[in-house]
Amino acid sequence: MNDDLIVQRPQGLYCPPGDFYIDPWRKVERAVITHAHADHARPGHAHYLATAVSEGLLRSRLGQGITLQGLAYGEAVEHNGVRISLHPAGHVLGSAQVRVEHGGRVWVASGDYRTTPGGATPDRTCTPFESVRCDVFITESTFGLPVYRWRPDAELFGQINQWWADNAAAGRASVLVCYSLGKAQRILGGVDASIGPIVCHGAVEPLNRAYRAVGVALPDTLMVSDVTDKASLQRALVLCPGSALGTPWIKRFGDFSDAFASGWMQVRGQRRRGGHDRGFVLSDHADWPGLLGAIGASGAERVIVTHGSIPVLVRYLQEQGLQAEGFDTEYGDEHETRAETAPAPMDPPAP
Amino acid sequence: MKRFADLFAELDATTSTSAKVTALQRYLGAVDDADAAWAVYFLSGGKPRQLIKTAQLRALAEEASGLPAWLFDASYQAVGDLAETIALVLPAPESADGLEASLCDWMEQRLLPLRGQGEDAVAVALRAWWRELDATGRFLLVKLVGGGFRVGVSKLLVQRAIAQHAGLDAKQVAARMMGFTDGKRLPTAAQYRSLLAPAEASGGEHTAREPSQPYPFFLASPLGFEPGDGLLDLEVASTDTAQAMQARLGPASDWLAEWKFDGIRGQIVKRAGQVWVWSRGEELMSDRFPELQALAQRWPDGTVVDGEILVWHDEDSASALPGSDRPGRPAPFALLQQRIGRKTLNAKVLADAPVSFMAFDLLEADAQDLRAWPQTGRRDRLEALAADVNVGIGPRLWLSPCVVGNDWAALAEQRLKARELGVEGLMLKHRRSTYGTGRQKRWAGPGSSTEDGVLAWWKWKIDPLAIDGVLIYAQAGHGRRASVYTDYTFAVWNRAPASAQEAQAVVDAIARREPAVPGALQLVAFTKAYSGLTDAEFKAVDAVIRQHTLEKFGPVRSVRPTMVFELAFEGIARSTRHKSGVALRFPRMQRIRHDKPLHEASTLQDLEQLLVKTPAKIGQDHGDGSA
Repeated sequence: MNDDLIVQRPQGLYCPPGDFYIDPWRKVERAVITHAHADHARPGHAHYLATAVSEGLLRSRLGQGITLQGLAYGEAVEHNGVRISLHPAGHVLGSAQVRVEHGGRVWVASGDYRTTPGGATPDRTCTPFESVRCDVFITESTFGLPVYRWRPDAELFGQINQWWADNAAAGRASVLVCYSLGKAQRILGGVDASIGPIVCHGAVEPLNRAYRAVGVALPDTLMVSDVTDKASLQRALVLCPGSALGTPWIKRFGDFSDAFASGWMQVRGQRRRGGHDRGFVLSDHADWPGLLGAIGASGAERVIVTHGSIPVLVRYLQEQGLQAEGFDTEYGDEHETRAETAPAPMDPPAP
Repeated sequence: MKRFADLFAELDATTSTSAKVTALQRYLGAVDDADAAWAVYFLSGGKPRQLIKTAQLRALAEEASGLPAWLFDASYQAVGDLAETIALVLPAPESADGLEASLCDWMEQRLLPLRGQGEDAVAVALRAWWRELDATGRFLLVKLVGGGFRVGVSKLLVQRAIAQHAGLDAKQVAARMMGFTDGKRLPTAAQYRSLLAPAEASGGEHTAREPSQPYPFFLASPLGFEPGDGLLDLEVASTDTAQAMQARLGPASDWLAEWKFDGIRGQIVKRAGQVWVWSRGEELMSDRFPELQALAQRWPDGTVVDGEILVWHDEDSASALPGSDRPGRPAPFALLQQRIGRKTLNAKVLADAPVSFMAFDLLEADAQDLRAWPQTGRRDRLEALAADVNVGIGPRLWLSPCVVGNDWAALAEQRLKARELGVEGLMLKHRRSTYGTGRQKRWAGPGSSTEDGVLAWWKWKIDPLAIDGVLIYAQAGHGRRASVYTDYTFAVWNRAPASAQEAQAVVDAIARREPAVPGALQLVAFTKAYSGLTDAEFKAVDAVIRQHTLEKFGPVRSVRPTMVFELAFEGIARSTRHKSGVALRFPRMQRIRHDKPLHEASTLQDLEQLLVKTPAKIGQDHGDGSA
């Protein structure tokens, strides 16, 4: 174990020969960041290394003044004799797997990722996942159960378009609750913009601008304050985080139908508990076949499983004859449903 | 089944009640009567008797999924619904042709004939069906086998849709639907058509119905439990009780008081020389109670009596209930529950747990519907019936005794004896109350005009027992609680901690996974509970559980003890099966005690004190508060 290229430390995943961390959750000297979601890209590190395409997102979230080096996908740098390169993860704009090479061994920490099923059209709002061969593969397991199998995008967007069109015909807005970064832009890239105007919440619109700034084509979007013809709101698709639902902002749309876009919507219980009219099974993570496919394609004989269904995936891989173990991390994706919708967790009473 | 699948998808995709009624109405207008009968049956909660054993269903699904058994189980734990798990994990089907057959064909040509077939034949059939059904089809197939659609459609909603479809009054549809979902009578096109028949002009509704048909039950409302009714405090404050009752209900003399028995609410129908016994859950229970069959055989045809089904201990003749001429006392509910569970009723079972009926209302006499009569009129008529039939040798029709008290103070006094007498409290029925449907109320308070008729039945139960427990284990729930930790195990201290520090030391030791030192201060598990909190509270507790998980054992998490809950329950008894030595009846969470430090949670000695005060009364609640 002493030769491991990546180990767990209280600060996060750590590369001993290179003396740097990957997506650390406490402040460190050097951090390699896989993508700009808040649980992976935290403020306060002295040096950041990330993909060049995510630089705008990271600076807008962590501060313009951070010390950040941007890499193109596949471009390598050496640090303390460790060769580091970043490869597309297909999760959100600029998301990367971190390939680490030292002493003839290759490890890949994949952060969060989404694979494109065979034959499907890749997401055009971020570079699709590319498999990287390695000896040891560190994988997430957010949707690490066989019940999570995604339907093709065409079918999903067909459902969303239909819902939107039906609502528009009935004269009510279609409020689609989603993650502001990544999910919202993927939806924008997939819907049929001819159905009606698209209004984005203030948490979403700056991220649309960041996507457009690096050349991702998205349909026209409006802030609600930009809308002069208020009647047009009854035909609108509205993208917002869940926290917006309880605020005065949402009242401007009058009568509306609400839906939630998340991989968790695969399970009826989760869907019904959310109390939304509709749930669309749209995730920026790999489904069960996607996880197994990525693990298989890496060629790794040893797999380390992080955040999500760690015990399930570890046991399954072991039964398939792989060497598998888990790492405890502090990434929050186990509760994607809660992340943007739930109030702060209750504090336990003082002892 | 395509149309039914579409209906299901439509119902599942909306939370709007009116959209659901519209969808149902459209469906009823589009399909033939046989399909409609089955759809109405399932959506109002009908369940055919088990067609395939759950264990076999699960084993076959596991095999078809190609997953290891543990992984199938883990999936089921996360999804919280077997039908849905099967729909999600089975490999893609070869076709979706199975949806072409109608709902009625699926039930009558395919599924019902499975009954009595060998496991091999069932396996062959099921494997073939799974190959020709998509995910929705597979989901529905399993639901058709086992019922339990959970699609946010209540029986009331189905009745509304039928009423709108047929141009009838929903109450009338409700009356006609009594017994429609009973597990022993499968729905037919003819039955469905009789739900839709035009209303009869001259109020002769009951003459057209099937002779077995009961009336919809009139249910009492809880007194003092409804937020805003101003009586919440009554449950704890006893000194001002009489005044508060006077203010709320007017003079005690307006009310008829009876004991609230803890059995199963039932209606006995005697018509056309036959007897039917219905439970409040609209389940036909005639076969299980030969005693009640014998009892009602003595009644004239055209008689329907409402009352409580109980096991009665006659031998305890020294202490009849106050006001009753009947010797003995009601036996604990657990005995009745055991009795219901018996498949064969031999002489010993009948002798050990004899079932009897405590009558409190007369709904039909001489084939005449009495429900519009005032309470006292029906009571007089019931007493007259008892006097007529209790002649000669044979089972007696026992009447629920009226509890006498000239004023509220006297009645409150009586109520306090309830626990000791083995009853749940008092029932208060306005002397002029007619017999309503469901939990109806029409009463504007003391002094108001009663000319339009009164509907007022209240249950005035004794305070539940309560204890402060510490949450130590949690498990995810089912259905809409899937993957949320809602099922909790609670502990009490084995003795009162000397200080907060001593309690904290125990918590720290638990967090270090140290086993408890024998004899030292420790937390002892004593009950599980999974109801009583709001969704928002469950969500908050779920977050704390996830943050404070110590270990995971399959679906169960051990949790660092930090949260104290006030748990309410209806009874407590000694139990050798539980580590704590006690078992609780109907435990639920009353509130989260944020204000209560851990070391002030209850102790085994507190439980012991409650034990001493309470006669044994253990078992699951049946039928959700029988009155």
